[in-house]
Amino acid sequence: MSDSFLPQRDEIRRRLEGRYVGAVPHNQALNLRVVDYRPEHLSLALPYRDDLVGNPETGVLHGGCITSLIDATCGGAVIMSLAAPRRIATLDLRIDYVRPALPHQEVICDAHCYKVTRHVAFVRATAHHGDEESPIATASGTFVVFRDEGRQDDDGEST
Amino acid sequence: MSLREAVVTVRETGDFTALQESIPYARFMGITAELVDGDVTARMRYSEHLVGNAAVPALHGGTLGALMESTAIFKLLWHGETTTVPKTINITVEYLRSARAADVFARAVFTRRGRRVANVRVFAFQDDPDRPVAVATAHFLLVQD
Repeated sequence: MSDSFLPQRDEIRRRLEGRYVGAVPHNQALNLRVVDYRPEHLSLALPYRDDLVGNPETGVLHGGCITSLIDATCGGAVIMSLAAPRRIATLDLRIDYVRPALPHQEVICDAHCYKVTRHVAFVRATAHHGDEESPIATASGTFVVFRDEGRQDDDGEST
Repeated sequence: MSLREAVVTVRETGDFTALQESIPYARFMGITAELVDGDVTARMRYSEHLVGNAAVPALHGGTLGALMESTAIFKLLWHGETTTVPKTINITVEYLRSARAADVFARAVFTRRGRRVANVRVFAFQDDPDRPVAVATAHFLLVQD
C-alpha cells in the first residue's frame, strides 16, 4: 500500500467508525471496533467483557452478542459493496458454531459480500479469535437493499 | 447461587429469576423469562442500547437473535433432565418486520427433542403473537462433547 493511499483509508475508517459503529447504539454498546475493510469486505472486533458472558462457569461470551457482531459485520460489508448509500435490512442470518469460543478473548468477524443484485445482497462470514483458519463460527446472510430511500417499508429489520 | 443451582430452581419452581440473574449477558440485555399458561415466555425489556437504527428507530437484528437463542435455552433448561447448559449448534434467524423501540417477547416450540440434539423454533413478537417480528430455527447439543 502506498503512503498516499493512507489518508484515504483513514478517512474511510473514520466514516465507518463514526457512521456505522458509532451511530448504531447497539454496536456502540458492544464497543465494536473496525479491524479491516476493503471493497466488499469488512472485519469488526467484539472486545471480551465480563458483562457479555453467557455461561459464568466457562466465562465464554453469550452466542447472542456473537450474533450481533456477525449481523453488524455482514451489514457493514453490504454497505461497503454499494455504490451509493442505501438503507438495508437483514432478511436472514444463519450461524454455525463450529467450535466453542474461548474465554477472555475478543472475537473478530470477517464478512464478505460476494453478490449484490438490484434488491438483495448475499454475505458469508466467519468469526474467530484472531486466526481465521480456526473459526468459532461460520455464517451466511441475506440483506434486502432499499432503492426507494424516501419510504420506510415494513418488510425487514433495519440494521 | 451457582448456575447449576439456578437451573434446579427453575425445574422445581418455574421461577427463572435466579437463572437470569446468574447470566451476565441476560442482565446486560434485559432478558428475563417466566411461565405464562404453563409455557416459557421470554421478554427483552426495551433499552436505548438495543437500537440498531436510530432513525427509524428499530431494534438491532442481533438483539432479536440473542433473545430467541436465550428463549430456546431457557425452555430447554426448564424441560431438561440434566443441568448441562445446551450448546448452540446453529441458529437461523429470519427477520419479518422492523422491531420498534419497545419490549419484545418470545416463545419456543420443540420441533424435535432427541437425546442428543433438539430442534427448536422460536417466535419473537411485540404486540401480537400472530404477527412475529422475527422467527428462528436452532439446533442444540444436549450432551457434553
